[in-house]
Formats: sequence, C-alpha cells, structure tokens
Amino acid sequence: MSSDEDNHACSCGKGLTRRQFLTSAGAGALIVTASGHLGKDQEVSAAVIKSGEGTKITLLINGKQFQMLVEPRWSLLHVLREELGFTATKEGCGRGECGACTVLIDGMPRYACMTLAVEAEGVEITTVEGLMRGEDLGPVQKAFVEHDAFQCGYCTPGQIMAVEGLLRKEPDPTVEQIRQGVSGNLCRCGAYTHIINAARRAAEMKKSGAV
Amino acid sequence: MTPGFSYRRAASIKDAVTGLSEGNGRILAGGTDLLGCLRDSVFTTDMVVSITGIKELKRIDETPGGGLSIGALATITEVSENPVIRERYPALAQAAAEVASPQLRNQGTLGGNLCQKPRCWYYRGEFHCLRKGGDRCYAVAGENHYHCIFGGKGCYIVHPSDTAPALIAYGAEATIAGPAGMRKVSLENFFVPPAKDVTKETVLEAGEIVTAIVLPPPLAGLKSFYRKIRSRQSWDFALAGVALAIRTSNGRVTDARIVLSGAAPIPWRLVDAEKALIGKVAGPDSAKHTAALSIKDAQPLKHNAYKIPLFKGMIEEEVANISQA
Ligand SMILES: Cc1cc2nc3c(=O)[nH]c(=O)nc-3n(C[C@H](O)[C@H](O)[C@H](O)COP(=O)(O)OP(=O)(O)OC[C@H]3O[C@@H](n4cnc5c(N)ncnc54)[C@H](O)[C@@H]3O)c2cc1C
Ligand code: SF4
Ligand code: FES
Ligand code: FES
Repeated sequence: MSSDEDNHACSCGKGLTRRQFLTSAGAGALIVTASGHLGKDQEVSAAVIKSGEGTKITLLINGKQFQMLVEPRWSLLHVLREELGFTATKEGCGRGECGACTVLIDGMPRYACMTLAVEAEGVEITTVEGLMRGEDLGPVQKAFVEHDAFQCGYCTPGQIMAVEGLLRKEPDPTVEQIRQGVSGNLCRCGAYTHIINAARRAAEMKKSGAV
Repeated sequence: MTPGFSYRRAASIKDAVTGLSEGNGRILAGGTDLLGCLRDSVFTTDMVVSITGIKELKRIDETPGGGLSIGALATITEVSENPVIRERYPALAQAAAEVASPQLRNQGTLGGNLCQKPRCWYYRGEFHCLRKGGDRCYAVAGENHYHCIFGGKGCYIVHPSDTAPALIAYGAEATIAGPAGMRKVSLENFFVPPAKDVTKETVLEAGEIVTAIVLPPPLAGLKSFYRKIRSRQSWDFALAGVALAIRTSNGRVTDARIVLSGAAPIPWRLVDAEKALIGKVAGPDSAKHTAALSIKDAQPLKHNAYKIPLFKGMIEEEVANISQA
C-alpha cells in the first residue's frame, strides 16, 4: 500500500483510540478461571447437541481454563467477546474477510469468527491479552506502539496476532513473508507500511530478547 | 449470529455418514465456507456433522504404488508445506499457497476446498437464483465481471477452488464414503456442470463424504506449475488461473494437461489444446498455438470478455516457460 493512504481517516465506526487499545490490551482476563479437565486427547464421542441447547465446554485461553455453556452455533469470537470479556479480539466482517478476529490456535493464526466454540475444545487459544508479560506489553505489541502501526486501532489486535503467529513460525521473516503473513488482515486506515515496519522490529526484539 | 443448528461430533467415518442421513445434515470441516453460507442464508441445515475428530482423515500418506493419499482434513497450509507434495506435485503446493489468507489456509481443509460453494454474489446474496432452486439466473444480465467464459448453461459461476485444477492436472481421484460403502471418482468427474444439474456442484449424494484425495505416482520428467491472476494483492479468488502438467521427450511434448480456474463452473480442462500440443516441439511456437486454441470456444458475458486475453496471454507464457524449464 502506498504511504499516502496512511493519512486517510479511519472509516470503521467502532474505532478505538490508542489509549483505549493499550488499556484493553492490558486488561487481561476478566473472568475467574474454573478448573477443567479436558485436554488435547479428549475422547471423541458421537454426542449430539440440540439446536439452542447449551453444552458445557472447557476452553484453554491464554494458559487458563474456562468452563461455560455454549450453543452449537456460537462462534469462538462470540464466546471470547460476549461470554468471557476478551474484548481485544474484534469483530469486523464475521465472514473470514478482514482478520479483526485473528487469534492463535495451537500457535497458528486463525479467524475466531469462522471457528465454532464447540470446535475449540482441546486446543490452546491465545488472544492479544495473552501476549502481555505481566503488566508490560509483549514484543509485538511494543513494536506496534513504537512504529505507530495503527490509526484507529480497530484492526490492530488482529494484526498483532497475525504477526505473532508469523514470528512463531518464521522468526526471521523477509518483507515478502511479512506481507504474506498479514495478507489476511485488512486495515481500512491503510497503516500497512507501519505494520510491516513494526513486524520487522518485533522480529528483532524477539531475537535479541530485548523486550 | 448464525441460525441455530444441532451439532454432532462424529467419532468415525461411519458415524458421520449415519449422522448426515438424519435431517438435512451438513459436514463441518474447517467451517470457513460452511459458516459463511449459513450466516448468509445460502442454505439452512438442522444438523451440522463435525468430522474434525476423525483422526484418520488428517493423514497424508504415501501409497504402496508410489502415489500419495491426502486425507480430506489435511489443511491447505499442510498441503502447501508438505515436503513430498512440494517435491513431486509442485503445482498442488503452489495452488494451495495461493488459496485465501494465512488464517484461512491454517483452518480450511482440502476436502472443504473441493466441496465449497460458489462465490457468485447473487448466490451469496439474497437472490433466489436458479442454483438455489429459483427460476432465473441474475448474473446473465447483471453484474457478471467475475463469471465464466466457458461451460455456462443456465448458471455462469466460476469454480472457486485453486487446488482442484492442480489435482486434476495430476489425475487425482477422490475417495468417497457413503451409506452404500466406499467408491472412487476421478476428480475430473467429481464436479457437476450446470448443463447436467444446475443445483449441484459435486457428484456427492446424500450421506456421502470425501475421505481422501489420492494422487497417482508422478510421471518421470513431468513438469508442472500453477499460476493464478487476481485483482487484489492480499487475498482473492482467481480471476484467471492455470494448472499445467507437461512431459517432453527429446524436446517433443508427450503428455499434457491444462486445467483452468476462474474460467468455468467446474475446473476447466482444455482437452483440444492438450491434444494439439502432443507431438509438437515444446517452445514459443507451440505455446502460441496452444494459447490460441485454448480460448477458441470462449463465450464471454457482457462484462467479462477481458478474461479472454488474460487467459490467452497467461497460457502462452506458461506453456513457453514450462517447455524451457
Ligand atoms: C475470504 C475467503 C477467501 C477465499 N479465497 C479462496 C481462494 O482464493 N481460493 C480457494 O481455493 N478458496 C478460497 N476460499 C475458500 C476456502 O479455501 C474454503 O472455504 C476452504 O478451503 C473450505 O474448507 P473448510 O475445511 O473450511 O470447509 P467447510 O467450510 O467446513 O466446508 C465447506 C463445504 O464442503 C462440505 N465439506 C467439507 N468437507 C467435506 C468432506 N470431507 N466431504 C464432503 N463434504 C465436505 C461442507 O459441508 C461445506 O458445504 C476463500 C474463502 C474465504 C472465506
Ligand atoms: S450464475 Fe449461477 S449462482 Fe449466480 S445467479 Fe446465476 S444461477 Fe445463481
Ligand atoms: S471478523 Fe473474522 S475475519 Fe472479519
Ligand atoms: S483499521 Fe484503523 S488502524 Fe487498521
């Protein structure tokens, strides 16, 4: 994207200010964890869950287990935001087209809007809240702040998760690999140049351990 | 919010087949297409049968005969990165790498990619068109920039899959499980053209699921390639794409497959152009001839004639390149 697009005003109605982003990214889990028992090797049985009925599931989010009742049709995005208060993960299109809802599942970026909550049992889910190091921002978050890699900030949590996922797989990506890595994350403010710079910086920070 | 449905987590292939036969069941693999269709009311279902717990569907195994069997649940990322696929079936790895976005590749499966619904915007929108059982096609006189130039009859979709043309170029076969047991269908015959049945995309019958895609051993010396042209740099479906698999001996073409994406309601094999290429000296002249033959039956709609020079140029370039490679 050309850099003059960086100057366009953001057109997404639900925009967040930078401060709000930092606050929400730092808020961490709002829900007290419950202890669960389902692990990776959960038994698969031919259970049927009726439409509209709740079933108890356990999700492993940012290293903590959460138990809750979910309906079959609920997306992971809905559960994260509306049931558990992980509101850093955003809803944009709800159709797999924008990337605002990107989370890591077993370390790989995926769209939470296209994942059913009942399908997310037994895997490790990571949201932006999970990248915090105590009260401090993680390296990718820091790099985004340093490089002004957002304007309205709405796409930012998704961009950060896409970059985090990329760096876990490819610690030293080329610019082309970074472009590829964030190609599933649209930014209506056109902050792409800064996002790519932030991703490069994040890779350096992670490598040098200077966080 | 997605309309409600019951959910069944199938423990085995048999269990999935049983589950599908109750009500109007739909398979859930990665969910990237199914959930979109349900949210956009393209169809409804009262039973979603998840096959993601069936471990054997995730395997990628070499077959005793030297081919490769790819489980229906292998993700697109896995297909694009698998070392055996990259080495022996490079066009498939290239096609998989061109699918959608990283997130969707991590999540979407090969089976789902082949069974996904078309992307015609009338079909995805609130139009009760022919393919949905209505009485007309809205695209034929409407916004048809991204519709087909070959094989349209009643309906003018393009087949959305990037992996399908590559698989067909290698002569792959789908293994299908259903109430009557297992069957195999050449992938070339797996897709249903609108002239045959405008409401179906695949030959799958009620209760059937794709369990694996089996690739024959690659021919010695076969060169293959997939190229996709799209209108946006980030993610997009193919405006025009071509999977090529060509073998030469002493400079002459002995085997050729040319299969297009973005061209027709099914992955479009150019049988005449392939035939004409066989026996020719591989090079710029035969590439030019092949390209001219490729588009001779094109029937563009009002807004998509631009695809003809696009395909022609692309085919000429790639046939020439692959001959020289
Ligand atoms: C924004 C966006 C962009 C995209 N761009 C591209 C692109 O550029 N190129 C491309 O090729 N694709 C593209 N796709 C399509 C995407 O690749 C498919 O959605 C994905 O591969 C489907 O796999 P899935 O496992 O998620 O399928 P699901 O959504 O789970 O299933 C898709 C359909 O197939 C059926 N099904 C699934 N598995 C089986 C099986 N084993 N047997 C029988 N039926 C089955 C389901 O019932 C459903 O109807 C795009 C999708 C989106 C949302
Ligand atoms: S092209 Fe096919 S899917 Fe699109 S409106 Fe016409 S009949 Fe429907
Ligand atoms: S909200 Fe999930 S991709 Fe847009
Ligand atoms: S959408 Fe506003 S910063 Fe990306």
